[in-house]
Amino acid sequence: MTEVPLHRRLGLTDHENDLIPGLIGRAPTDAELMMFSLMWSEHCSYKHSKPVLKRFTTTGARVLQGPGENAGAVDVGDGMAVALKVESHNHPSAVEPFEGAATGVGGIVRDILAVGARPIALLDSLRFGALTSARSRHLFARAVKGIGTYGNCIGVPTVGGELMFDDRYEDSCLVNAMCVGVVSHDGMLSASAQTPGNALMLIGNRTGRDGIGGASILASAELGDGDADKRPSVQVGDPFTERKLLDCCLELAAADLFVAFQDLGAAGLTSAASEMAAKGGRGLDIDLDAVPLREEGMPAAEILVSESQERMLAEVLPADVARVVEICTRWQLDATVIGTITDTGHFVARHHGDVVVDIPASALTDDAPVYGVASEPQPIPAPLDLASVAPPADLAAAWRGLLANPNVGSARWVYEQYDHLVGANTIVRPGGDAAVVRLPGRDTAIAITTDCQPRHCELDPRNGGRATVLEAARNIACTGARPIAASDCLNFANPEKGPTGWRLTEAVEGLAEALEALTVPVVSGNVSLYNESPARAIYPTPVVGMVGLLDHAERAVGISFQNDADLVVLVGDGPARLDASEFLGRAEGCPPPPDLDAEVAVIDVVIRAAEAGLLASAHDVSTGGIATALTESALAGGRGCRVTLPPGRRADEDMFGEGGGRIVVTCRPSALPALMELAGLVPVTPLGTVGGAEVGITAGAHTVTLSLDDARDAHESAIPRALA
Amino acid sequence: MIAVVRFPGSLDHDSAAKAVHAAGGTATFAWQDDAELPAGTTGVILPGGFSYGDHLRPGAIASRAPIMGAVRRFAEAGGRVLGICNGFQVLCEAGLLPGVLRTNTTLSFVCRQVHLDVADGDTALTRGLAPTISVPVKNQDGNWLGDPATTRVVFRYHGENPLGSTDAVAGVANARGNVVGLMPHPEEAVDALLGSTDGLPLFRALVAA
Repeated sequence: MTEVPLHRRLGLTDHENDLIPGLIGRAPTDAELMMFSLMWSEHCSYKHSKPVLKRFTTTGARVLQGPGENAGAVDVGDGMAVALKVESHNHPSAVEPFEGAATGVGGIVRDILAVGARPIALLDSLRFGALTSARSRHLFARAVKGIGTYGNCIGVPTVGGELMFDDRYEDSCLVNAMCVGVVSHDGMLSASAQTPGNALMLIGNRTGRDGIGGASILASAELGDGDADKRPSVQVGDPFTERKLLDCCLELAAADLFVAFQDLGAAGLTSAASEMAAKGGRGLDIDLDAVPLREEGMPAAEILVSESQERMLAEVLPADVARVVEICTRWQLDATVIGTITDTGHFVARHHGDVVVDIPASALTDDAPVYGVASEPQPIPAPLDLASVAPPADLAAAWRGLLANPNVGSARWVYEQYDHLVGANTIVRPGGDAAVVRLPGRDTAIAITTDCQPRHCELDPRNGGRATVLEAARNIACTGARPIAASDCLNFANPEKGPTGWRLTEAVEGLAEALEALTVPVVSGNVSLYNESPARAIYPTPVVGMVGLLDHAERAVGISFQNDADLVVLVGDGPARLDASEFLGRAEGCPPPPDLDAEVAVIDVVIRAAEAGLLASAHDVSTGGIATALTESALAGGRGCRVTLPPGRRADEDMFGEGGGRIVVTCRPSALPALMELAGLVPVTPLGTVGGAEVGITAGAHTVTLSLDDARDAHESAIPRALA
Repeated sequence: MIAVVRFPGSLDHDSAAKAVHAAGGTATFAWQDDAELPAGTTGVILPGGFSYGDHLRPGAIASRAPIMGAVRRFAEAGGRVLGICNGFQVLCEAGLLPGVLRTNTTLSFVCRQVHLDVADGDTALTRGLAPTISVPVKNQDGNWLGDPATTRVVFRYHGENPLGSTDAVAGVANARGNVVGLMPHPEEAVDALLGSTDGLPLFRALVAA
């Protein structure tokens, strides 16, 4: 048996391996080859997704920093900026869910820190196989524990996210984390190296042998039988050190001691240092013997690519080094000069007196081959024939059953394990459409959400992409906030396969079109490909994280019914369809394409109505249909309602049908004329009134009621029962 | 001047200082390695968080930090000391309050708005509180174990016992009533925009000393 060559074991193709000597003028050393394999992995180089990502609009009046830095940032007034980013940690979480999810949180927090921002909120978008699977129950429960353990200990509130269970995520779960931070305009930091002669300092944890090859071995290949052997590639988190790192680095940044700043994530020092050098058109000379290690005898290649957590890299003026060390020592953190900035453009690393790496930094960061995305268009299925779906014999039982479905029921089991309040700025807590967090020390607030419509994306990726963005925007609007920025996390299967490549391109086109219709720029993002096993591939899952701005924090609106006798009013007249709905429970049929103009108009009406103080509550109609939306508002407010739905085709479709373009609001009866006038041509339909201890719905010839106690029991027990 | 004591891993020091301001007082920070409290200290808050990463046991390492000698002398002289969440754990570990805090019976972190019955409104700190107050609780190790018969219990959970503590105890005082510790977070109940102002009298009492 012939031995597999090193480059293939590291994940490089023969073609990629052949390119390297041309770029560096000789054959690479083993350490250099390892660095290329990581930097040219999909996770670091976006070699399959780069052409597709160009489709996004990344500029706008508020954009201070678009994609390319550690996180994007937008202006929120008064000289303040909000930094945001979503990132995946899917493959590590599938191999070791606790540490995988925990270090996913740690990594995204350091991305926000790297631009000089103080993290103020976290969200998590989680997708696992059905909870009937013991493996999925384990992955889900341990990932939630990992997120909580890390996020709680670092003092950043976890204020929201989303949750979905489906067989298609059985082999490849998705753990996406979003972080939002605040920074003054003049406090923003860049990762771009500046001046030759400046010191390169490593701050934080020591470097160990965890996470070797994470980006290439784990994140850029399909999962399969040997996954248990990949556990050493998963990083191990230390949230106490992360908290000290946050406090310490924000103090260093406030003292203006960083010339450039960068976190160490995928591919460790290799990635952080080469990106810093290449962005600034500089070189680096690194002494690997100076890097503080957890164990003796680590080879140069391991020091260069270790993904040990809680480390930051800084360019510091030589005169400031002593002060940086002094402040870090007070925070009980290592701060070590490991090299200098040079003008050569080369990444040079020395170990035990030998030069072990000497290559142009840009060869690592910019010269990865870019591949066209495969494209094999798939037919868009026909809409569901309603006659093929048997109507439920008992609509009330169907309603209770839907509320008890883990994809519809309360996520309380999850969010009560997260500190969603630390910092004392959480105005709208988890459990609604979007979380609302006051900007520290201000009267303004931001609304934050993550969303995706994977089943729609599977059937019709372009319209699914549009629907994903529109749902996020409706969730933001339901708090009264106006969407101002987005970050995306494109979770897909293997893009080298034609249908997946096509879905990726189409979904991004749909996302981009809807974001443009809303004039919301994409300021950061992340791509996670190869989410498939030999048995199954995930749905196309382009998660969108969105931030909205509320000029007056005290005008934030929640989903709870507020007062008896308030009117229940439907804004918009989007379709209610069972295609790909949670009631149907599978990706079948095809939801109607969203009407972009109508959607944008509905969103605008709700935002203006909230600003005008007309709304007591607002709730997006999404998973589980209008019956679910009404029930959730009733349970949150502790009061029921009595409504008649607009005439439709069939009662079950009217009650449980999904589709965008509809928001349920409540208002005082006296506010209705003002709401209708403000709405102009957007349909505003009074459905009934708030009050009583049950939710009563009339749909066509059927009137169905559910007591709040029964509804609460079903809704609250959905996840605990599935886990029991 | 209220001294808010910070350890590495403290998280709620800023919220505690904000609550002091909301109660009309001024706050300053004291640090783990300080030998003395700041000059002019009239009250002390040990805030929530994960001091020293909860290593060994929550509060165990912080209770032996140099600043705790000064906090002990301040308390023994009759000064008012309020320990919140991790601060309560530190006070129990330091022997300034009775009992110990074990892992919640749910074996998980619990973050939830709860109602507390004020079981003893006669201490220096609890005097102005309503009989029942709404505050958030959020911790992993808030399950108080002790002897309610010999302990001055000041707060009990109302209608539920979310962490499984002995006799639903949420907070206790020393015999003299000048040192109070509780697991829930009154500093996050001082702002109507965030849902409750029921915690404010506690900080007014601290500031008034």
